[in-house]
Amino acid sequence: MLDVMLSSFSSDSSPSDKDGGGGGDKELQEFLVIEKQRAQFNAQIHEFNEICWDKCVEKPSNKLDSKTETCLSNCVDRFIDVSLLVTQRFTQLLSKNAGGFN
Amino acid sequence: MEALAGAQLTGAQRDELMDQVKQQIALANAQELLGKMTEKCFKKCVQKPGTSLDSSEQKCVAMCMDRYMDSWNLVSKSYSTRLQKERQRL
Repeated sequence: MLDVMLSSFSSDSSPSDKDGGGGGDKELQEFLVIEKQRAQFNAQIHEFNEICWDKCVEKPSNKLDSKTETCLSNCVDRFIDVSLLVTQRFTQLLSKNAGGFN
Repeated sequence: MEALAGAQLTGAQRDELMDQVKQQIALANAQELLGKMTEKCFKKCVQKPGTSLDSSEQKCVAMCMDRYMDSWNLVSKSYSTRLQKERQRL
């Protein structure tokens, strides 16, 4: 239900402006945009943590050792690097092949 | 939800709605963490499932949960730092 609510606020924010001259709706809308961003940020961390936990953490012990900590933070950065690189190259491939697909 | 369609909420109604949204997001977040933790710590701590969860497995699970949280917090910090860097680059 929440998803429906949030997506309807983000995707048709312009049509919903017409009925709300009142500033109150705007406040609510801004709140929802921020909460949605926060939720997306959290979801991203869950995903990264899962990937990097598998890569970096061996047997759980009394604390994360510094090697594991370094691995975890490098893992996040390198994953983002790969994601950017793949996106970039994929875009290039698409534009190069654009003629061929038609 | 019906009140939303009318788009005229009283201040109190709006506050209540905001509270509910926050609570539901927090709940979803906790459920996600719980699910992932269970899966990861089961994998790490129960190599060969026996007839019961023995005490070393239980200790392992407890430790694993703590480390998973540590890891979560560290990943969160690294991601925030990276986001800030990327924003400055724009």
